[in-house]
Amino acid sequence: MPDDIRDAETVTPAVDAAPSASVVVDGLPPQNHTQGIVPDVPITTPDHVVAAGPAPKRGLRAMLPPFSGKLLIGLILTLGILLFAVLAPLLSQDPRYLKNASRLPPSSEHLLGTTASGADIFAQLAHGGLGSLMVGLLAGIIAVVLSLFFGVVSGYTGGWTNDLLSFVTNVMLVIPGLPLIIVISAYLESRSLVVIALVLGLTGWAGGAVVLRSQAKSLRSRDYVSAARVAGEKSGRIILVEILPNLLPLLTAQFLGAVLLAILGEAGLSYLGLGPSGSITWGTMLSEARAQNAFLDGSWWWYVPPGLLIALFGCGLALLNFSIDEIINPRLRTAPAAVKSVRVARKNRRAGKPAGPTASTRPSLDASTRDDEKVNA
Amino acid sequence: MSTLEVRNLTKDFTVRSGLKKTRLRAANDISFTLEPGRTIAIVGESGSGKSTVARMIAKLETPSSGEILLDGAPSAHRGASLAKYRHDVQMVFQDPFASLNPFHSVRHHLERPLRIHQVARSQADMDAAVEALLTRVNLTPAAAFAEKRPHEMSGGQRQRVAIARALAPGARFLIADEPVSMLDVSIRLGVLNLLARLQREENLGVLYITHDLATARHFSDEIIVMFRGNIVERGPSDDVILNPQHDYTKLLLAAAPNPKNQGRLREEVRQELASSAAAPGDAAAVRDRFGTADL
Amino acid sequence: MSAVPTKPAGDAGVAPGAVPVLTARNVSIEYQVDPVVKAVKDVSLTLHRGEILGLAGESGCGKTTLAYGLNQLLKPPALRTSGEIVLHDKDGHDIDVAALSGERLRAFRWDKISMVFQGAMNSLNPVITVKAQLFDVFDTHRPGMSKKEKLARSRELLELVGVDPNRLNSFAHELSGGMRQRVMIAMALALNPQVMIMDEPTTALDVVVQRGIIREIMRLREQLDFAVVFITHDLPMLLEISDRIAVMLRGEIVELNSSENIYEAPQHEYTRKLLASFPSLTGERGSFVRTGSGTGDDTGEVA
Repeated sequence: MPDDIRDAETVTPAVDAAPSASVVVDGLPPQNHTQGIVPDVPITTPDHVVAAGPAPKRGLRAMLPPFSGKLLIGLILTLGILLFAVLAPLLSQDPRYLKNASRLPPSSEHLLGTTASGADIFAQLAHGGLGSLMVGLLAGIIAVVLSLFFGVVSGYTGGWTNDLLSFVTNVMLVIPGLPLIIVISAYLESRSLVVIALVLGLTGWAGGAVVLRSQAKSLRSRDYVSAARVAGEKSGRIILVEILPNLLPLLTAQFLGAVLLAILGEAGLSYLGLGPSGSITWGTMLSEARAQNAFLDGSWWWYVPPGLLIALFGCGLALLNFSIDEIINPRLRTAPAAVKSVRVARKNRRAGKPAGPTASTRPSLDASTRDDEKVNA
Repeated sequence: MSTLEVRNLTKDFTVRSGLKKTRLRAANDISFTLEPGRTIAIVGESGSGKSTVARMIAKLETPSSGEILLDGAPSAHRGASLAKYRHDVQMVFQDPFASLNPFHSVRHHLERPLRIHQVARSQADMDAAVEALLTRVNLTPAAAFAEKRPHEMSGGQRQRVAIARALAPGARFLIADEPVSMLDVSIRLGVLNLLARLQREENLGVLYITHDLATARHFSDEIIVMFRGNIVERGPSDDVILNPQHDYTKLLLAAAPNPKNQGRLREEVRQELASSAAAPGDAAAVRDRFGTADL
Repeated sequence: MSAVPTKPAGDAGVAPGAVPVLTARNVSIEYQVDPVVKAVKDVSLTLHRGEILGLAGESGCGKTTLAYGLNQLLKPPALRTSGEIVLHDKDGHDIDVAALSGERLRAFRWDKISMVFQGAMNSLNPVITVKAQLFDVFDTHRPGMSKKEKLARSRELLELVGVDPNRLNSFAHELSGGMRQRVMIAMALALNPQVMIMDEPTTALDVVVQRGIIREIMRLREQLDFAVVFITHDLPMLLEISDRIAVMLRGEIVELNSSENIYEAPQHEYTRKLLASFPSLTGERGSFVRTGSGTGDDTGEVA
């Protein structure tokens, strides 16, 4: 017996082999238990060296991204372009009206000139916007719904359901997206906007599903989920009420990402001539411009605007996504602010007090933080 | 006959390391009976299997063998029988941080069990029940606390909410899995006293899982000591603490910090160093050193 | 609250003949967030050679922040706003810790004062061996050491902390929790520091393993004569092993005295409250560590 007692130091292997995400969406640490003693104060008070940042807001507001330059620019870009896509068609010509003089440069009558067929480019841009954005939106929704199902249900349920759904997910992951899209599009005889959106959505959910699956698996082992089970809650309700709300920031980020990819995907397809037949989108504009040699004869007013709008909208979506990242991983937002606030404080102190030992601590801030990384290895 | 009886509970886990699969017996042949108004403490270190036992009783894990009998009848794993079981047997978790959903308010946490077990039907009843629960755990003003979210409360307050949630269905047996070990020291006794008071008022049978012998002795009638999945000693609290029979229990007791032994460790170490003739690097001495039982 | 005037920097309860090794005077540390948080308020204490000073308090009292401050390890937004920290080196001269920077700070760290961090045993690098990590310490602070010297010293260190030197080639996950903590202590001892700051070194360990580690620390203290600042919330443990104890509450030291005096005659109300929080293991059933009073009241917590 004494031997066994001495060996009591051995580690008990972890039983739950859930993959540990480096950050879990609900803000709690990855392993099931927080280490050590939880400070007996609301979480707003910083208790040790890592900054806690400003006081978290309540409920849904806690889910909103913090206000920053990124967020502002992202919102301006996306909302601005959305507004343009909605309102500009009302102010412009019929994009299919071909009776204008062709290949005109920009003028007061045709803001962006005309195409080789005589259509007003600005009108095409305006109507095309709606086309592109609708494809993006629809594809985004399809992708998120699918990744939600394949990810969360499989991650939470485990067992053979997980095996089956994971298998499908993995197959979809392995198949290269772009070639698949091209093949399907080429195979279809008539391609409407909806069909294109469907194709893009169906090929774009797998990546998101993997992330959601690992998150759902982490959340499943949370004490609050266990508590819900002990209270008698049914699995379906647990997924909807306990797990899903904590996944909202992640879902939003996935949605925006999917929309972005879909818009770019549609542009790519259209450029290859595989886009929606009969519709006008920014992608079809680019395709037509290339076919009509606009790149060679220098009619930049034809191909630059649609390309620019695609790029700007994508940029806006990406910036929004970065802001959402700050909710998911709060450290991203506090670190730069923390350094800045200390610098400001030191400056203020030095301004108020006579120069002393503190003056020499300024350079050590930089040296010591680098040292910390080494020593704390 | 109101009892929660655990008979020959055993739980095996398969541990995969590389291609090898080994079986880990987390709990072996555990039997005891919870009665209303009495507290049993299961004491052990990490890896002793005490949490696994708790989770099996809470039906979060299925036992590999053995049974759990509620009021003499075997309890099921699904259906109406499970619902009844869940009504009668509830659990308080160790981590006050993780046992409440960060997204939801206190009200949500309390309303769900009330709704599931149909303790309250109308919204008015619900509100009254929520306030009553919060008042019972001394979280007042109840209306204000009901709207709070977990991150707005301290650890002690969160744990009280967890206790209120466990009481909501009208449980008769409560499993408290290390309910205070993650709380600040000065808050612990308050929460433990709360549990003791609620036990008296509701005549609950309580299973208190802990690694802390002192509070186990203070708050329970019977102590079960577990080591590596097995029960090594059991008996009335005072007997186990003051007159331990098993070597492991003695080891635990000797290892627990005791202010009355002030300065003794220093003296022992000094004497050991003075008497040992070994120079560092002497393999025998080194083996001796960490071969000694650390008492 | 009974207002007890703070005793002059660590004079109470000092053993006769004790020589100061670290003096901290009027140290204040703030977190530059909105609103500013004063984590450490005007703290003064003196650590003596070979002494174990326990720093007791609950989370949020500032003990870890103070420890980081003493070592110049504060990261933004933490900022030391006032006070001086002086190390009285054993070769006679004083080092102003607060004024160190750059190369001198690097030379100072780990050599004169080292630290075992909270949860340290989980911060061992999982992809390199123990040997590589120990070597890393030497490479950083003693670049001149030859490989043979490093190896010899590493083996010596592991033996010193009671770990089989053959474990040098193990990875972190192959060692138990207790062994990992011993390795962390070995790393902290690598350069023979005069002061070791240990932040909750045994909190996550089983009580039996904990006892082993504590024993090891005391043995090492006897052999190498370093001073220890032992930070923990576990007051009974501090009472058992430290020479003096400082009790911290909300950034201030509310009581600083020898362990005996704290146990026999606690002055501050908070000290008494802390003592009352630990039920006595072997005493009267229902009596607490010190006060001997019966079951405490279930005090409610207000909004």
